Amino acid sequence: MSSSTSVGTDEHPAVVLTGITKRFPGVVANSDVHLTVRRGEVHALCGENGAGKSTLMKILYGMQPPDEGTIEVDGEQVRFRTPSDAIKAGIGMVHQHFMLADNLTVQENVVLGAEALHGIGKKARARIIELSGRTGLNVDPGVLVEQLGVADRQRVEILKVLYRGAKVIILDEPTAVLVPQEVDELFETVRGMQAQGYTFLFISHKLDEVRAIADSVTVIRRGTTVGSADPKTVSSRQLAEMMVGSELPSPETRESTVTDKVVLDVKGLRLLAPDGTRPILDDIDLVVRSGEVVGIAGVEGNGQTELVEAVMGMRKAGGGTITLLDKDLSKLGTLARREAGIGYVPEDRHRHGLLLTQPLWYNRILGYQTRKPTSKGVWLDIDGAKKDTERIVADFDVRTPGIDVPAAALSGGNQQKLVVGRELSGDPVLLIASHPTRGVDVGAQALIWDEIKRARAAGLAVLLISADLDELIGLSDTIKVMLRGRLVADADPSTVTPEDLGSAMTGAGSTSAAVHETATVEEGEN
Amino acid sequence: MGHLRGKLLPPALAIVFSMLLCGVALVISGANPFSAFAAMVTHVGKGSTFVDIINSTGIYYIAALAVAIGFQMNLFNIGVEGQYRVAAVIAAVVGGSIALPTGIHTLVIIIVAALAGAAWAAIPAILKVTRGVNEVISTIMMNGLAIGLSAYLIRRDVFGELRGNNIRTPEIPESGWMPGISFGGGGTMFGFIFVAVALGVGYWVMMNRTRFGFELRASGESSTAASAGGVNAKKMVLFSMLISGAIAGLISLPELLGRDHTFSLNFTAGIGFSGIAIALLGRNHPGGIAFGALLWAFLDKSGLALDNVGVPREIVTIMQGSIVLSVVVAYEVVRRFELAAEQRRVGRELGTVGGAA
Repeated sequence: MSSSTSVGTDEHPAVVLTGITKRFPGVVANSDVHLTVRRGEVHALCGENGAGKSTLMKILYGMQPPDEGTIEVDGEQVRFRTPSDAIKAGIGMVHQHFMLADNLTVQENVVLGAEALHGIGKKARARIIELSGRTGLNVDPGVLVEQLGVADRQRVEILKVLYRGAKVIILDEPTAVLVPQEVDELFETVRGMQAQGYTFLFISHKLDEVRAIADSVTVIRRGTTVGSADPKTVSSRQLAEMMVGSELPSPETRESTVTDKVVLDVKGLRLLAPDGTRPILDDIDLVVRSGEVVGIAGVEGNGQTELVEAVMGMRKAGGGTITLLDKDLSKLGTLARREAGIGYVPEDRHRHGLLLTQPLWYNRILGYQTRKPTSKGVWLDIDGAKKDTERIVADFDVRTPGIDVPAAALSGGNQQKLVVGRELSGDPVLLIASHPTRGVDVGAQALIWDEIKRARAAGLAVLLISADLDELIGLSDTIKVMLRGRLVADADPSTVTPEDLGSAMTGAGSTSAAVHETATVEEGEN
Repeated sequence: MGHLRGKLLPPALAIVFSMLLCGVALVISGANPFSAFAAMVTHVGKGSTFVDIINSTGIYYIAALAVAIGFQMNLFNIGVEGQYRVAAVIAAVVGGSIALPTGIHTLVIIIVAALAGAAWAAIPAILKVTRGVNEVISTIMMNGLAIGLSAYLIRRDVFGELRGNNIRTPEIPESGWMPGISFGGGGTMFGFIFVAVALGVGYWVMMNRTRFGFELRASGESSTAASAGGVNAKKMVLFSMLISGAIAGLISLPELLGRDHTFSLNFTAGIGFSGIAIALLGRNHPGGIAFGALLWAFLDKSGLALDNVGVPREIVTIMQGSIVLSVVVAYEVVRRFELAAEQRRVGRELGTVGGAA
């Protein structure tokens, strides 16, 4: 950032990555990645989940050193040891998951860790107000972050990196937490800032968004860059094929297998927040039938997690009944509910699905410690568990050298295949799948979709929660929209579009015949 | 074999490191570390030292098992110390005041001790399950109460009696003793040592072959995954504390049934705390704990020889402390190394260093 580079010169690209290689034990890394980002452009980095995008950005942001390769910023080779080195070079990163303290104000969040720049008082405030305009953030710096919506929080994140002097801004899957309308607002912000000379590195696997916003696209697959494309001329299909490198899987289920046999019947389910003031689940009625996939759409944090945990018995409901095949589960614990025939693919396999340091066969027992083939009375059946784990490894294509390796040694997709295989064992009548393909590679995703479809055809009832609207629309027979703890609308997956769902998810009201409201939500109840 | 290396390497490193550390400490204080270590080793063959070490090993072993059960699910039962003290005094009082046939009398004392230990552990367990009170704090406070309670129970106006300068509970009649194996001048090995061995086998079976052991280990590894797998966390806290307390109740029985036959002011204190260190050293594994207990007992008993060569005996305490500290560090280092090696191995066997994350 010295003498020769003033505003808008095109002599040197803003960022050049050459031959970046990063090895991790057993999992993907980057190998020989090349990336050139010109000054003042929005450059998209595309790739499937797990293709190595995040690793690459961590390298660029100084969170991890590359094993090989060089980084150039403004034509000068740099070595980042920590993110603060990257910040000094004018690179800022907006993480996918917000890193904000809810109980601090906007100003406090922005200044935190950068007190040396403009102090913490009036000067800082003035600077924040000046920068706020550029991000389209129209709130007073003294407002608490907890009072902001998701889109404004994201602006605060961008503000944080601007405040630290960033000229190149990495946006890591910035739209993952936004509904389509908010995505449009974000894009306006990005374009506005681009006009002021900022450079963006936009990481995404959503091709329509990439084509809408980017000036150029680099595609990364299996850890390496496979090519660049001009978003103006390339089609989404071509991009997708570059990303996947093979034929695209589709989540769509063909003919309906829905029967009239009610498997899960939830009535009037309620749950209060721990502070007891507001409902997290407000009078939920839900029916899932044999052979039916019921999808729950909703912006994260609207009660989906709590709904699943209440049905699983991991959270104590404040009221209502849960019935599985005419058996009242409301008073039973998690184990009894599992024994009654519920399989559970948790949203976070590391926290809720696996014992990471234990071997695969030991993980097979978890949740099945009272049932064949993994136990006999009070005794474990270790041979039975091992044999059945071999079956899962074979049937679900879990890539592992054996069943004695610890679960942590597998890649995310293989871990998830193991979990799905386990939860489909023992003939469950209901499968609760929370984000079943989050963070897994395309191959695993296709396999998991196939297995869910297969089980559904055999009469399994499925409750599917997903943030991936394409997955939700493709797999579900019925979609319900969840907003602030209530099921507010039903949607027909054969006709609904992601945009329709998106507006229903924000409570903007139904904009399409495919979505019809089932309840009204009072605004501003906080 | 990589597994075995991961288990054996850390304690070996820790012991070597702490020996070096103590050697340096000895050199600084002007003594010869080689003669000190030699004196300790040769002392084993003298008098009753060898049998004393075995007896002491058994006692430490029971204590460490009691601690290890809690450790398996990240429950820190610091209260083993108080639990065995209360169990000892109650077992001694009951044993000394009832008359039963030989054998049954002994069995009753054992059961009373286990129940008393479990009951004392039940208080922090219930507090944790119902009110969320941290067991570290409550068990430490229960240790303080245990000292007071045992002192009260052996008062002359309660259950105690005065013998010489010593206050003690009434002596347990011979029908309640547990005979040992006599080696003449070599001392007498407590019969309870065999019970300790049986406890170790039972512990291994419980942890590795039963549903309860699975749920205990799962809870310790990941409480969130365990709860999603249907493990009732509160039930596990309650049961593991009760079992831990029951085993803690047996700690003083080798001495009570095999040598002292009474609870007196000479009561051996501090074994519960040694049990914590040994459980750490043995990595909660019944074999590892046995080794740790043996090492501890050896250091304790052979340390007596150090006075003969003019070295302060307290060097043994330094050694015990540094072993525990360094073993904790060594386990963590080796654990990370092994996990990374395992991941590399899986990656290599699948031939994908470009797979998916």
